[in-house]
Amino acid sequence: MSFLVLRELKKTYGDFVAVEALSLDVQRGEFISLLGPSGCGKTTTLQMVAGFVEPTGGAILLDGHDLVAMKPSRRGLGVVFQSYALFPHMTAAENVAFGLEMQKVGRAERDERVRNALELVGLGGFAERYPRRMSGGQQQRVALARALVIRPHVLLLDEPLSNLDAKLREEMQIELRQIQRTVGTTTILVTHDQSEAMALSDRIVVMNGGRVEQIAAPQEAYERPATPFVAGFLGKTNELSGTARVEGGETRVVIADGRWASRRPIDGAVIASVRPEKIAFADCAAGRLTGLVKTRIFQGNHWLYRIETLAGQVFVIRQNGGEPMPAENDKVGLTWRPEDMALRAADGRR
Amino acid sequence: MSTPASDNAAPSAWLLSLPALVFFAVIVIVPLIMTVVLSFHDWGEYKGIQPVFILKNWIEIWSDPYFGEMFARTFRIAILVTLITAVFGAPEAYILNRMRAPWRGIFVLVLLGPLLISIVARTLGWALLFGGNSGVVNAALMKLGVISSPIPFMFTETGVIIALAHVLMPFMVLSVWAALQRVDPQIENAAASLGAGHFTTLRRVIFPQIVPGVLSGGIIVFALSASAFATPAIIGGRRLKVAATLAYDEFLNTLNWPLGAAVATLLLVCLVVTIVGANRLIERRYAEVFR
Repeated sequence: MSFLVLRELKKTYGDFVAVEALSLDVQRGEFISLLGPSGCGKTTTLQMVAGFVEPTGGAILLDGHDLVAMKPSRRGLGVVFQSYALFPHMTAAENVAFGLEMQKVGRAERDERVRNALELVGLGGFAERYPRRMSGGQQQRVALARALVIRPHVLLLDEPLSNLDAKLREEMQIELRQIQRTVGTTTILVTHDQSEAMALSDRIVVMNGGRVEQIAAPQEAYERPATPFVAGFLGKTNELSGTARVEGGETRVVIADGRWASRRPIDGAVIASVRPEKIAFADCAAGRLTGLVKTRIFQGNHWLYRIETLAGQVFVIRQNGGEPMPAENDKVGLTWRPEDMALRAADGRR
Repeated sequence: MSTPASDNAAPSAWLLSLPALVFFAVIVIVPLIMTVVLSFHDWGEYKGIQPVFILKNWIEIWSDPYFGEMFARTFRIAILVTLITAVFGAPEAYILNRMRAPWRGIFVLVLLGPLLISIVARTLGWALLFGGNSGVVNAALMKLGVISSPIPFMFTETGVIIALAHVLMPFMVLSVWAALQRVDPQIENAAASLGAGHFTTLRRVIFPQIVPGVLSGGIIVFALSASAFATPAIIGGRRLKVAATLAYDEFLNTLNWPLGAAVATLLLVCLVVTIVGANRLIERRYAEVFR
């Protein structure tokens, strides 16, 4: 049996369904992200696990024991809040020591563990600082140390990086992943940032409107999104209308002036979903989707193109490899491998 | 806080604040100086006020234990009122802060009630509740079996303290409430997740954060109860005097204005010293934590 099991977990506020029958199995040591737009129920789910919100229905089992009936203070979970929620009247060391005091850990061991926890998050020299005197990133680390020092069964992170600036966020992502690997704590992260979820997690739970859209490893969710929502939410994607016809064991896909052969048996009006970085430029040969370069934006390591085609506008991302690239107002052909194109029926059938 | 401009303030800044400065000087500074000067004048029953500089009034206050008693009573009342408002006001603010609409609004109104009623009407209301051996409060307490014989409330310090604590409670509650609103709403959850029970969270996490609110509320309540006039005058009566009623009587009954002015000045000096001292203590103690 899995370490942490959420079974048919449900939360309603009056008529509003915040979380609808969420089931999730988390393995010991796994890093799971709950990803979705605001209001998708991800934070509510986390708070139900932490015990701050009482579920309307369903069960939460930790190592086979029911958590729902247990008070938050008895669950032994470490929580890092979006606002950090540090105790402002205590120094960093006192903040970290608080949980150990509650566990009645002896002074000598407590001091030792506090020191180790602060070293782990790279704040060895900041033990006597008050939170107000620390930067956002440092406060974040204190919050992490405070949650980890009690050796929690599960570490719950509620948008912990959203208050940091972009550069610091990237650094903290790497560090967070490294710390989680070192300590090996089972972790659930709530985030609305898809790149953060993909960078950190073993598996992603994509949520929308209180429902789970897909539970998969980051790469799988990105390459093979289960629903159009997942495709749109994880990275950018181009959605192009076309037609498909099965012909002698092969499916012929036509998108405007472009032709593809696919092995997916589908017939009629289709929508093809293609990631911008999977599209390559080619000459305007017959049977190729052609278009006009409308805008070209240089972003350092890559170029971002907006191409006007007969099938609508298409975004293309090309690595900056140093070779000459099409300029604005150039006429270009667009090509991609059939397997990089996800096809679904235009009327919603799959 | 200092802005770059304040180091070499432009003359126009002074010019712009001149009307307010003049207004402030005329209605506060000048009468204050006149009161201080008055306290050094001489007075006699037949000669009236003599504009001379003598220390007679100050020596009288210093040497006559009557005045010492008045000031001791004034500050005893002020300290007890401050303690009572802190003990009841801090939990009240905490409960208020956790209430939901519309209850919060309703109870804020109830809390502010005493401030919305005329001070004389309110104090006379207390007099009605306290009055005599069969007053409402005593009758109720005896019916409930809390006490066997009536407690004298009228013309006692007990009565003055209860009535003052009632009217000054809003200042304490609002001050603590302001401190509570700066507390991170997730902080109780954070404490719970670290294994702290409800009482431990209150004691170790919430209370230390509202101490500055309690202290600043305490300063307000202390200052207002030490200088209160109407409540001690009506509940305490003419015999149970405090510094404010004493100054009033010297001015209007004895007509010894210089002595009254000396009493008023001394009360002011005592209050300023207490408040500035307490304020500096708070700032020094909490500067690091609450900037």
